[in-house]
Amino acid sequence: MKKIKVGLGTCGLSAGGELIYNKFKEEIKEKNIDAELCETGCMGMCYEEALVEIEDENESYLYSKVSVDKVGRIVNEHLLNNQPVKNWIIRSKDICTEESFLKYQTKIVLRNCGVIDPTSIAEYIARGGYEAIKNVLKNYSSEEVIEVITKSGLRGRGGAGFLTGIKWKLGLAEKSEKKYIICNADEGDPGAFMDRSVLEGDPHSVLEGMMIAAYAIGSDEGFIYVRAEYPLAIKRLRIALRQIREKGFLGKNIFGTNFNFDVSIKEGAGAFVCGEETALMASIEGRRGIPRLRPPFPSQKGLWGKPTNINNVETYANVPWIILNGWQKYLELGTEKSKGTKVFALAGKIKRTGLVEVPMGITINEIVYKIGGGIKGNKKFKAVQIGGPSGGCIPASMGDLKIDYDEITSTGAIMGSGGLIVLDETTCMVDLAKYFLNFTQLESCGKCTFCRIGTKRMLEILERITEGNGKAGDIELLEDLANKIRSASLCGLGQTAPNPVLTTIKYFREEYDAHIVNKKCPAHNCPSLITYKVVDELCKGCRVCIKACPTGAITGKLKEVHVIDYDLCNRCGKCYDACRLNAIIKD
Amino acid sequence: MEDEIVEEEKLIQHFKVDLINKRHQVGSLIPLLQSAQDSYGYIPEKIIYYISELVNIPPADIYGVITFFAQFRLKPAGKNLIRICEGTACHVNGAKTVLSVLQDELGISKDETTDDGNFTLVSVACLGCCSLAPIMMINDETFGNLNADKIKKALKKFYIEEKLLVET
Repeated sequence: MKKIKVGLGTCGLSAGGELIYNKFKEEIKEKNIDAELCETGCMGMCYEEALVEIEDENESYLYSKVSVDKVGRIVNEHLLNNQPVKNWIIRSKDICTEESFLKYQTKIVLRNCGVIDPTSIAEYIARGGYEAIKNVLKNYSSEEVIEVITKSGLRGRGGAGFLTGIKWKLGLAEKSEKKYIICNADEGDPGAFMDRSVLEGDPHSVLEGMMIAAYAIGSDEGFIYVRAEYPLAIKRLRIALRQIREKGFLGKNIFGTNFNFDVSIKEGAGAFVCGEETALMASIEGRRGIPRLRPPFPSQKGLWGKPTNINNVETYANVPWIILNGWQKYLELGTEKSKGTKVFALAGKIKRTGLVEVPMGITINEIVYKIGGGIKGNKKFKAVQIGGPSGGCIPASMGDLKIDYDEITSTGAIMGSGGLIVLDETTCMVDLAKYFLNFTQLESCGKCTFCRIGTKRMLEILERITEGNGKAGDIELLEDLANKIRSASLCGLGQTAPNPVLTTIKYFREEYDAHIVNKKCPAHNCPSLITYKVVDELCKGCRVCIKACPTGAITGKLKEVHVIDYDLCNRCGKCYDACRLNAIIKD
Repeated sequence: MEDEIVEEEKLIQHFKVDLINKRHQVGSLIPLLQSAQDSYGYIPEKIIYYISELVNIPPADIYGVITFFAQFRLKPAGKNLIRICEGTACHVNGAKTVLSVLQDELGISKDETTDDGNFTLVSVACLGCCSLAPIMMINDETFGNLNADKIKKALKKFYIEEKLLVET
């Protein structure tokens, strides 16, 4: 019997996955075909969505860019006549058009994503699911679990990279009747969707990781704090929780031992700062999500004053794999200080956008060119932005840099949770710094003065630079403010907020100078600094730009070269978009 | 005056039933507020007072929580909610153009509702479909790889659907 898997992660759904799923359902019923239809999570190749995989006993065929009108042919030829539609297939035994996308990846966290049906616990169990926790409960003491995780070198995947084993050890050492486990799924970084995809595609692996952590530190209650913006992840988690409760994997005396554990979901309400652990706990307790001073650390005094262990989604998803495959195997991957793999959300000006999992130590160039297939539209690779609003920009000239916590920190950026945005020559670095600062400034909770007011002042300076009103000394002022915000803010949000500005000044200072001194935006991105010009030789006088111009700034007779009146021009660029002869240029 | 009181009672009664249906845990403020917003599309003032009694937290503190989190609204939204993504990938791929086209087409700015009550325009930090940037969502439907034409088409579709609803 054939099995049809339709990719129904958020990316698949946006590409019309649900309509495709329903169409298959209809056709299968109508034509009375003996096939199993199911959904699956993100397969990683978001750039090829919508994806449909058809499996039989011997082989699997992956169809890309499927649309509703392609379903009929796939059904007729492949399902009914056993003739796969070769032109639409990107991966099978004989065909692999996306080899370089897959070859450089090692899947641990994403081992089941896009492979299993996330709503089926049977499929998770068939792939070794819940074996790790069974094994742990039967054969390991708390200390032994922690020893395995410590030896594996697993570091927290939320951004800061603290050793997970050490964190658990601190949790175990606390003496308390009640301890909590929290899974941080408040993935707030713009441009990051790793945790969402894992929760949507393989929720059980995260739950199993939490169970192992709970056993290790001696906790009996857990919470998953998920962003409200991720409705599908919440839905799939609910299904998964219901399934494991029914099976008796949650509750009292799990697997016949004296281990008790239960998990509930807490929906976030939209605040970036709640990704910070103390703010997150305040939010679960029903208060404004404002961070507090540490120590006491959550492992000492966390949720409702009890010892609490907080890890991120990706960290927990690693845990069952390490238990099952052994810490030695995990240790084989990665660099000296950063072990294992890292999941990245690859996006921006790159040909292949998607979700990738690579061993630590891979270089930026390998990700951009080999996995990502290079820059869209054959533009020039300029930089990667890593770590979201807390991270920074690493220039293309440092493309051979190995991805590893310490190497990235040495550039002034941070690993962060795994958003990797590729930038090309048309991205203005000053504008990008302004974009991130605008974000952190809005999301600052307001507790620390430097973060609340300092980021606002920095934003104002960046605004005036991009508007052409930058002054000599602005860069130094930005640096001064940045250093003060860094040292006088309580939590990670404030301490890292200046990073996007500092790294762009460090690597792209000439762009700042061009804005301030020459009043030019080299990337032709800042509207106030662009002058639109008509190229006389190319203008055929078709009047298209005249119609597009909202301010009446362009004049000229039919078949005569048109002229822009700069007193009236509001630099909106509509003439530039409208001209089909490329006769209008940006200067 | 009397009508108003009746209305108010109805409102609270409705909310109570809703909470029972959802088997709500009393004592957790944020889920309560989320329930209220689910029911009404925003959080009515009366409900704040009601919740205040329920969880024994002063209304001022509840107001503080509501205004802290981006999800909560104190004013009703339009029939259709348009969310523009301002994530990094969308930003470098032209989210600004998306915003300006929508503003031109609808005649409203961010966080405003059209006069006919059909559309409310808001921006969000990231919708997590970065591979389709720039994107927007109208209600639960995602529109990706946007340009001016695609945005106009998407809006038109909703207007036509609205009209159809009136006719049938």
